[in-house]
Amino acid sequence: MIALLVFCFEAAQFGKKVAVLDYVEPSPKGTKWGLGGTCVNVGCIPKKLMHQASLLGSALKDAQHYGWNISHPVRHDWPVMAEAIQNYVKSLNWGHRVQLQDKKVKYFNLTGSLMDAHTVRGLTNAGKETIITAENIVIATGGRPKYPAHIAGALEYGITSDDIFWLKESPGKTLVVGASYVSLECAGFLTGIGQDTTVMVRSIPLRGFDQQMSFLVTDYMESCGTRFLKKCTPSKVEKLKSGKLQVTWKHADSGKEEMDDFDTVMWAVGRAPDTKTLNLETIGVKISSETGKIIVDASEATSVPHIYAIGDITEGRPELTPTAIAAGKLLAQRLFGQSSELMDYDNVPTTVFTPLEYGCVGLSEEKAVEHYGLDNIEVYHAYYKPLEFTVAERDATQCYIKMVCLRKKEQRILGLHFIGPNAGEVIQGFALGMKCGATYAQMMKTVGIHPTCAEEVTKLRITKRSGLDAKVTGC
Amino acid sequence: MGSSVRKGRAVLPAEQAARPSREQPHRAAAEDYHHEAQNANNGQAITACCKNKDKDLQFKIQAYIDKNTVMIFSNTACSLSAKVKELFKSMSVPYCSLELDQTEDGQKLQDVLYELTMETSVPIVFVQQKQIGDYDKTLKAHKEGKIQKLLETKGHDHMQDSYDYDLIVIGGGSGGLAASKEAAKYGKKVMVLDYVTPTPQGTRWGLGGTCVNVGCIPKKLMHQAALLGQALQDSRKFGWQFEEKVKHSWETMTEAVQNYIGSLNWGYRVSLREKKVTYENAFGEFVGPHTIKATNNKGKEKFYTAEKFLIATGERPRYLGVPGDKEYCITSDDLFSLPYCPGKTLVVGASYVALECAGFLAGLGLDVTVMVRSILLRGFDQEMANKIGEHMEEHGVKFVKEFVPIKVEQIEEGTPGKLKVIAQSTDGREIIEGEYNTVLVAVGRDACTRTIGLDRVGVKINERSGKIPVSDEEQTNVPYIYAIGDVLEGKLELTPVAIQAGRLLAQRLYAGATLKCDYVNVPTTVFTPLEYGACGFSEETALEKFGEENIEVYHSYFWPLEWTVPSRDNNKCYAKIICNIQDNERVIGFHVLGPNAGEVTQGFSAAIKCGLTKAQLDNTIGIHPVCAEIFTTLSVTKRSGGNILQSGC
Repeated sequence: MIALLVFCFEAAQFGKKVAVLDYVEPSPKGTKWGLGGTCVNVGCIPKKLMHQASLLGSALKDAQHYGWNISHPVRHDWPVMAEAIQNYVKSLNWGHRVQLQDKKVKYFNLTGSLMDAHTVRGLTNAGKETIITAENIVIATGGRPKYPAHIAGALEYGITSDDIFWLKESPGKTLVVGASYVSLECAGFLTGIGQDTTVMVRSIPLRGFDQQMSFLVTDYMESCGTRFLKKCTPSKVEKLKSGKLQVTWKHADSGKEEMDDFDTVMWAVGRAPDTKTLNLETIGVKISSETGKIIVDASEATSVPHIYAIGDITEGRPELTPTAIAAGKLLAQRLFGQSSELMDYDNVPTTVFTPLEYGCVGLSEEKAVEHYGLDNIEVYHAYYKPLEFTVAERDATQCYIKMVCLRKKEQRILGLHFIGPNAGEVIQGFALGMKCGATYAQMMKTVGIHPTCAEEVTKLRITKRSGLDAKVTGC
Repeated sequence: MGSSVRKGRAVLPAEQAARPSREQPHRAAAEDYHHEAQNANNGQAITACCKNKDKDLQFKIQAYIDKNTVMIFSNTACSLSAKVKELFKSMSVPYCSLELDQTEDGQKLQDVLYELTMETSVPIVFVQQKQIGDYDKTLKAHKEGKIQKLLETKGHDHMQDSYDYDLIVIGGGSGGLAASKEAAKYGKKVMVLDYVTPTPQGTRWGLGGTCVNVGCIPKKLMHQAALLGQALQDSRKFGWQFEEKVKHSWETMTEAVQNYIGSLNWGYRVSLREKKVTYENAFGEFVGPHTIKATNNKGKEKFYTAEKFLIATGERPRYLGVPGDKEYCITSDDLFSLPYCPGKTLVVGASYVALECAGFLAGLGLDVTVMVRSILLRGFDQEMANKIGEHMEEHGVKFVKEFVPIKVEQIEEGTPGKLKVIAQSTDGREIIEGEYNTVLVAVGRDACTRTIGLDRVGVKINERSGKIPVSDEEQTNVPYIYAIGDVLEGKLELTPVAIQAGRLLAQRLYAGATLKCDYVNVPTTVFTPLEYGACGFSEETALEKFGEENIEVYHSYFWPLEWTVPSRDNNKCYAKIICNIQDNERVIGFHVLGPNAGEVTQGFSAAIKCGLTKAQLDNTIGIHPVCAEIFTTLSVTKRSGGNILQSGC
């Protein structure tokens, strides 16, 4: 959605007549939100703010080591946090509305479906119909969280990330099912604000991400008190008289069944593209039979001329807000400006906001090995301790950096992985470096900023191959 | 290389000829006591194989001086040269002489010699590597028994060619330690001398230098303490509930910080031991060529020789030079281990040290005033500097501008006591007074170069600043003496720079490496309450260097997501990049004001190293939602005057 807004703003700047249709189908739990799409309402923004709430919880603990006398008890009040965050999100919704108006983009709060390559039918909540015609149509309907299909009680009693940020009351003891970044992030901040939290993982955490890093991320979460049920699959959810939810699950290895009670069960088992109401098949827009996503070419064009698609709805693209925004902007510039610049989907940096953040750009170690062969890869790594952790007496076992390089000559950097505080802030600039073709040699010529965590990246000297101890000591 | 030289005398001339060593000629000369060393052929062979002739001549001269108890640079046509030789013959002291008029490159050697010794005529005499001077000075020294004494007292140590160490490092700070450990890695015999002269208040500390003890480390930890104070306020907005009144204990913080520093001091000692670097807690002072005196805190003196020396003595805070300053004021050398809370504090100065300290003291809840003579953060981008100042002012730091203290008096003793500061406006028209518990002076730092005997070995310093000029390989004008870190003239005073310079120097000296320390585009961060990260040119320098028409400045305010909920400080964080239009809009300056500025800046500095252009910035995908992503979406140029205030997302 955000991508679409950016597209609209950009298009409007070229003097084009633009209309945007946005309608949020309420979640099965009845949660609704305003203009701005997933990121603003039920994604990045509220997620990072709740993550911040959880970080502030550890700051309260740290602060005592730094001389702040906080008398106990310290407790967290969910409604206060939720209200503050929701108010901020609403202010963003409002801001987007105002911006649309300013840029003279027509806004319809309607569900859109395609009638042909130039005609959209919009339906209001009450079923009133509006027909809009356009020269070009851009689809950016994004995705919504999936519910598991064959688990009794899943849909009835469970919530998803579409609901969690809009809960008025604390979720209480929570089971989060899934091992996607959404799952780990939510479980991380719930633990951080003091909720009893369990994550149920069927196979591996953070599929698609570097697995060594993924392990460190979950390892840290465990050390912070998040419970992990590994290699388990839920079989049913029942509501008890007490109002608690009783979840039954099975261990994949032993086949043993177990159960426990929770206040909240949240499904984070993936997202599905939101295309069903669009009427794509009828007008011939091709979608992937496997994922249900719209197939586009490098210029974001679908199989039907004048119809384009951007964001999470498109097949094979990273599901990231800034990627969608950039794609939207470039698309507008190509359609209405003089530009022919295509979106570059390589080396897109990303960050997982788990309690210990994980930022990365480029290839995972596995992918690099698969691509270039183990003998052609050099991996530099370091276990480091953030300065702020020392006085706070915090454990830094999982603070780790890994740089995956080609082994020959200049040692071009293929992937950079960073676990530690402010991972997103750290990785952003390096992502740019990789865009400029950074090599290991150039990285080593970069002078560090002392004392920061990011400087450790410029001091990576131990290769995995050497087998030497990668722990950083001293300054 | 170094160790083969030490055993020089055992090496036969035939073997030497096969080695492209810079120190060859002196060995031939050294064999010829009482003989003239007119080894022009050897000299020629050497000069021919070396590119840097001037430096090579320096080496050649130094080698003669090093290897001979008495070395006379003379001229066959010069009567005074003949007389000086007669003098040594009459004393039955063997000498080595080099006849400059008979030597290939003699004229050039003579020029370099004059430059090195500040003498203006031959003969020039050295005894035990100590410069005696021309004929008159030599005669005078002889009459006063100085030559005899020199020959007697230290003759033993110096008769042989072997030095005690390959490298002696003076100063155990970041740079010195890095260099010493790196040199030891290549099997060199290395010593580190480190000694902390106590401050006027009596503060002293352990091994590791400024950064670890009284610089970056305690500074950032106290900055963190202040940030956590802000976090406490924020946390209530994020749902955390705890009692209203939260007090800060200076003692608890300082003890925790000092404990951590203590562990670092210890860690350095252990690591030196592991790397087989000898460490002495003693004050190092040159007493003659290749010779240093180490004085420990009990006044016990020891003498050591080394083939090479590295000066890494760093800097110490400057005082005001007004009545009462050393008696009653403290500096950053004292602040971080102050056993009591400083209370109401006046910070004098506008250096980054001054602003950082003022920032965290205010963040801990103290009443803080900064007295500034002229501008904030001289040398940094002034737009950024002023924004830092504004932000500090908004957060309760008071600024007294265009005033300088002229006197500090004690009103009351105590921990803290009470001081009266009398200050005068810079135009001299106004006098003001103020009472403070603590006065922290942060008006700059002076290089520790004036008390370590540099004059005795001829190392040139900038007389005004005390800083040491060096070549791009960190070599001083005396070829066997190198310098790194904050003592360098015209270089950056930053820990990672010193470390880099030290490591690379050791690699060049002992591992055949050629890579030099690159002082260009070094990133840095000022840890004021609103942190400031920078890399490359400031806006004013860029405009001056490239011209206004060739510079495009892109900028924007931004509001960190984390600050929205506590709803504080909108349109305070600021991002700016400076591009060279003539060079494909290459990014030549990067500036950011905001939380975690250091973490943000580091990666961008790496990108700048890789030749970052504005187009590449635009093509890079942001990470959402972080502060750093603002740099991937900068679209407003300063030239356009476009609005950069942030309203929403």
